[in-house]
Amino acid sequence: MTSIERHEYDVIVIGAGGAGLRAAVEAREANLRVAIICKSLFGKAHTVMAEGGAAASMGNVNEKDNWQVHFRDTMRGGKFLNHYRMAELHAKESPDRIWELETWGALFDRTKEGKISQRNFGGHEYPRLAHVGDRTGLELIRTMQQKIVALQQEDGKKFGSMEANIKVFAELTVTEILKEQGQIAGVYGYWRESGAEVLFEAPTVIIATGGVGKTFKITSNSWEGTGDGHALALKAGANLVDMEFLQFHPTGMVWPPSVRGILVTESVRGEGGVLTNDKYADNEAEADRWYLDQDNNRRPPELLPRDEVARAINSEVKAGRGTEHGGVFLDVSKRLSAEVIKKRLPSMWHQFFELAGVDITKEAMEVGPTCHYVMGGVEVEPDTAAAVGVPGLFAAGEVAGGMHGSNRLGGNSLSDLLVFGRRAGIGASEYAKKANRIPVRESSIKAASERIEAPFSRVGGENSYSLHAELQEITHNLVGIVRTGAELKEAIERIAEIRKRSANVSVSGGRHFNPGFHLAFDLDNMLLVAESTAKSAILREESRGGHTRDDFPGMNSKWRQINHISSFDGSKVNVRAQALPAIPKELYDLFDVHELEKYLTADEIAKGGSK
Amino acid sequence: MARNLNMRIWRGNATDGGLENVVVEANEGEVVLDVIHRVQATQMGDLAVRWNCKAGKCGSCSMEINGRPRLACMTQISSFAEEETITVTPLRAFPVIKDLVTDVSFNYRKAMEVPAYAHPTNLAPGEARMEQVDVERSQEFRKCIECFLCQDTCHVIRDHEENKKSFAGPRFFIRIAELDMHPLDTLRNRKQTAQTEHGLGMCNITKCCSEVCPEHIRITDNAIIPMKERVVDVKYDPLAWLGSKIFKREGIV
Repeated sequence: MTSIERHEYDVIVIGAGGAGLRAAVEAREANLRVAIICKSLFGKAHTVMAEGGAAASMGNVNEKDNWQVHFRDTMRGGKFLNHYRMAELHAKESPDRIWELETWGALFDRTKEGKISQRNFGGHEYPRLAHVGDRTGLELIRTMQQKIVALQQEDGKKFGSMEANIKVFAELTVTEILKEQGQIAGVYGYWRESGAEVLFEAPTVIIATGGVGKTFKITSNSWEGTGDGHALALKAGANLVDMEFLQFHPTGMVWPPSVRGILVTESVRGEGGVLTNDKYADNEAEADRWYLDQDNNRRPPELLPRDEVARAINSEVKAGRGTEHGGVFLDVSKRLSAEVIKKRLPSMWHQFFELAGVDITKEAMEVGPTCHYVMGGVEVEPDTAAAVGVPGLFAAGEVAGGMHGSNRLGGNSLSDLLVFGRRAGIGASEYAKKANRIPVRESSIKAASERIEAPFSRVGGENSYSLHAELQEITHNLVGIVRTGAELKEAIERIAEIRKRSANVSVSGGRHFNPGFHLAFDLDNMLLVAESTAKSAILREESRGGHTRDDFPGMNSKWRQINHISSFDGSKVNVRAQALPAIPKELYDLFDVHELEKYLTADEIAKGGSK
Repeated sequence: MARNLNMRIWRGNATDGGLENVVVEANEGEVVLDVIHRVQATQMGDLAVRWNCKAGKCGSCSMEINGRPRLACMTQISSFAEEETITVTPLRAFPVIKDLVTDVSFNYRKAMEVPAYAHPTNLAPGEARMEQVDVERSQEFRKCIECFLCQDTCHVIRDHEENKKSFAGPRFFIRIAELDMHPLDTLRNRKQTAQTEHGLGMCNITKCCSEVCPEHIRITDNAIIPMKERVVDVKYDPLAWLGSKIFKREGIV
């Protein structure tokens, strides 16, 4: 085993999306040596797809906004299942994170006074989303990518090598997180280009791998969203929290097929787009006035939190009022002039015209629910982003759970990854500075290496593409936007069967840039995620946020007090209930008690928050 | 309406390779990347292709389709005639890794050579005030999705490996222009270094880069030509030269 490539670092970041890059910047600024590992090329992460903006209560457009209002909106959106401390930190720190990007060269759209402009978005009381047209995610990624280059240039001057302290390992898949004596010792993986294996030794690992969308058939996620971090964490002994909560974005493209699953930004509705099959369409006069005078008019139904819109679309379609392809029409052309549409939604217009030949300034879009985001994720300590139960392991961004509760507000994801990416960077740095480094044993390396070789040693086994397609059918039909106990039971059994068959996957061709081989590892991750989601979903006998049970349609305060914790015993995922931390008095007091009565039990109300 | 599509796909590695014929099903509304994926799932499990967002936003699936640099996710099958054979080959300006995947590390090396944004030291976070009209100039260039099609098509390096050392390419000329026009950037002489360090002078403005840009960035008109003009002005205009001495600036509006 002397031939494998070896590296030693202080901090390893898996994932080069917003959270990973923000964490890496922080760890490098703490004077630690950082490796960034990503499956794609540098700068291609799924974060670039985020369009609407980053929520931060800077109060640039409406000065009544502040962190308390943002906190309240976030908790309402998450139906009070959020970890209160994460929602609090997020609301307090996101303005600083946005302003900080500006010092790194980001160019957000401006208000008349020259401040960062902020736009309305579903569930946010005031205009709150900092944005750059509809390519805000790209701006975040590029800004941080270029910040990392700036740090590398500093190192180049100081040490003679730009990659002395921070290096990007692009197109490298991590297959395993390695532990020795119960703590993090490194990661193992392979170069996608050559298939050659690589060992990284480090006392800390930050997981920032994003989401799980590829588990589902219709999704806005790219091929990378295969739940790698969720599965790596489970296998390393960490927990996942509340994996039943997935966000199905109400407005994904359903037609034509080349763009199936692609997201239509919620800001189309924020800019005055109308869902024409929507039962709220009667309120147009007042809805129109709201865009001009928000204090004296009620918001249009298109700006309800997105799970409510998703359900409304679903019920329209099920009632036979949908389009021939199972969606509804979303139309901006009747509200805004072609010029205004192109100005406010430039890449949306461009994308639809080029991809599908649809001109949104002239005709309606055909949209329906698409799997967009997972609220569930690695259970972490809110302040440090440390994964519960695994010393040296951290998680931030979409892969971490708790922040968004049962449903995420649009715009809270970009700010989440900045706030908790930075916190994970700090948490990991403080840990790494004090940590005992334990070398990875040769036996651990050998075992990890054998697992990578296994699919090549089998002949005539299962095809990973077909197994993936089968899994996606099951999740889409049985663990999708509307669920029942019977269907979930069936899903759990069928996922277990596929998992059994996946142990016999064989790969044709060699190791050299072989997508079939890559998928074999992604598939294993997706199977664990799907199992965790189905097993959490069958236990939660209520409907809340991103979890809708046809057999339990209402929200139940009893269930709000419970988190579902998934763990892995080496052969299967086990899910148990755990008490949600109670909201402390000073945060409790930010709400009107009559609002809290909707969510909390009488006992909790009587206590008035914990101390 | 499914139909059978004739394709020729380049398969091979750094040293050896050639076109292979395949017949694959294509449906209404599909793009080239859709049918490549179908080939991968049903006929060539190890066919190498890069892709991510499948929505024209990440710039991963760059390749040459019937000889033209394009994003496979943005090329509709319906844009070809029924009986036409679609030929897909890897980007020609970069070394092949395998099949349709090339080694684009050249671009990342060039990115590291462009001096970073320099924020004013006396401007605290949150204090910046900029006019929308002023940020829009740089925003045009920040739309870049780094697909590197402009780099691939640029004839300065497309068939001239020897020029790669001294030529950053259109993608990085717009990066320099973006920083140069950034309302807050404090680093001076970006245009001059574009000329002296990054090979701006080698560009002879044939506009091929602008033609292939999927974001329709006016690379030549809005970045390269203005920089070239100003570099020339400063070099040869005695008034501008004097201005640069007196006002300690580049003599350019």
